[in-house]
Amino acid sequence: MKFNRKEYQALYQKASPSSPSLRNVPAAFVTGGVICALGQALKTVFLAAGLEDQAAGTAVSCALIFLGVALTAARLFEKLAKWAGAGTLVPITGFANAIAAPAMEFKTEGFVLGTCVKMFSIAGPVLTFGISASVIYGVLFWLLGGAA
Amino acid sequence: MRRKGDTVFFDEPVWVESCAAVGGKKEGEGPLGARFDETGPDNRFGQKTWEKAEKRMIELTCTHALSKADVLPTAVSCALGGDLLNQCISSAFAIRGLGVPYLGLYGACSTMAEGLLLGAALIAGGFANRTLCLASSHFCSAERQYRYPLEYGGQRPPCAQWTATACGAVLLRREKAKVAVTAATPGRIYDPGVTDSANMGAAMAQSAYETLRIYFRDSSTAPADYDLILTGDLASVGHGLVRQLFAADGTPLGENYQDCGMLLYGPEQDVHAGASGCGCSAAVLCGSVLPDLAAGRLKTVLFCGTGALMSPTSANQGESIPGICHLVRLEGGK
Repeated sequence: MKFNRKEYQALYQKASPSSPSLRNVPAAFVTGGVICALGQALKTVFLAAGLEDQAAGTAVSCALIFLGVALTAARLFEKLAKWAGAGTLVPITGFANAIAAPAMEFKTEGFVLGTCVKMFSIAGPVLTFGISASVIYGVLFWLLGGAA
Repeated sequence: MRRKGDTVFFDEPVWVESCAAVGGKKEGEGPLGARFDETGPDNRFGQKTWEKAEKRMIELTCTHALSKADVLPTAVSCALGGDLLNQCISSAFAIRGLGVPYLGLYGACSTMAEGLLLGAALIAGGFANRTLCLASSHFCSAERQYRYPLEYGGQRPPCAQWTATACGAVLLRREKAKVAVTAATPGRIYDPGVTDSANMGAAMAQSAYETLRIYFRDSSTAPADYDLILTGDLASVGHGLVRQLFAADGTPLGENYQDCGMLLYGPEQDVHAGASGCGCSAAVLCGSVLPDLAAGRLKTVLFCGTGALMSPTSANQGESIPGICHLVRLEGGK
């Protein structure tokens, strides 16, 4: 080959089409916005049903997680996400899908060694960082006298 | 048998006795669908797991190849084959039922060409009378091993390729038939430094170019001497790059240069850059190219199986993707 690695890199990057951002970004914006609006509507319903503000927020998360898992189980989430991209990935629906998808996929290897072992294979880092951050936050909160 | 450079020339050709191709649902809906011996109504082939489905697909392909040649498995000296799964389980489990001597191969997506090369060499060298060469891949079993669960919601970049659910099998023999294997070049490994595992075409294009160049040098021939030069699964990105590499040498490839990854699916099937997987080149070869050679529609073909020799582990460790390409020369109408 007449090209060195750097020249070849320039060659193949030019030959490789880039992601269609003009289509992907608005699709993500609209879907993400719709999911957030749905969350807000659910919160209004839960508040009207008599839940406290914080409890209503938790109920909204639970409802959206349920929705994400249900759509994953119905094999609809992957079709929606293919169109929506970050629009379904960034909200909590993406987290729900990331756990439900491997749980479903690996059930052929058994409930324990398949589903239970593999279900955190994608979402594991989110949990690790999420739990670590909350522990650090809790310690700081306690040190700064917040617990009193 | 004669060797020049890296290329082995079978002066006493090895002959293609029969071939068979089986595909999944999407492959059946593609432009070559009607040319397969069988396509599944879904990708499960009546099985409960994807790995078993792939094994069943291989069994069906072998059965078709054997029955078309009207030979029993006991007449096969040796089966050579592989797939993309860890430890090549689908091939091994499929051949388990056939009860023939088995040499498992892993050449990533170049396995069909590797099998033909070795199968022909075994016969030419007097070590076998009849070899069964096969390669298979299954979208669902490969996807869960290499990438994400099927149910995971994500977007693939435009340079990504679609692993074919397909299997091809070829029976080679010593006695004369319509299509001959007349030369083969085992590929060297080239690594142009591509680290993006969604861009396999770019990682493998150099290997295809180098193997073809070595073959043209060894055989003192030129691209224009062939009816068809067919790479395995470079898809649109890699296919374009091979053209550019040859053009830079001042020997541009003509319309006779094609890639299996661009033939298996139609443009409306949403596979991005094209098809990939061992089954891609195997099924295109057995479903379309070999029958065309047997019927006289093609005379001389260079079949160049391309493979990316990486794994999820090497990719996670930041290694670049080494490519390989094995070439087999096929001639019909002799």
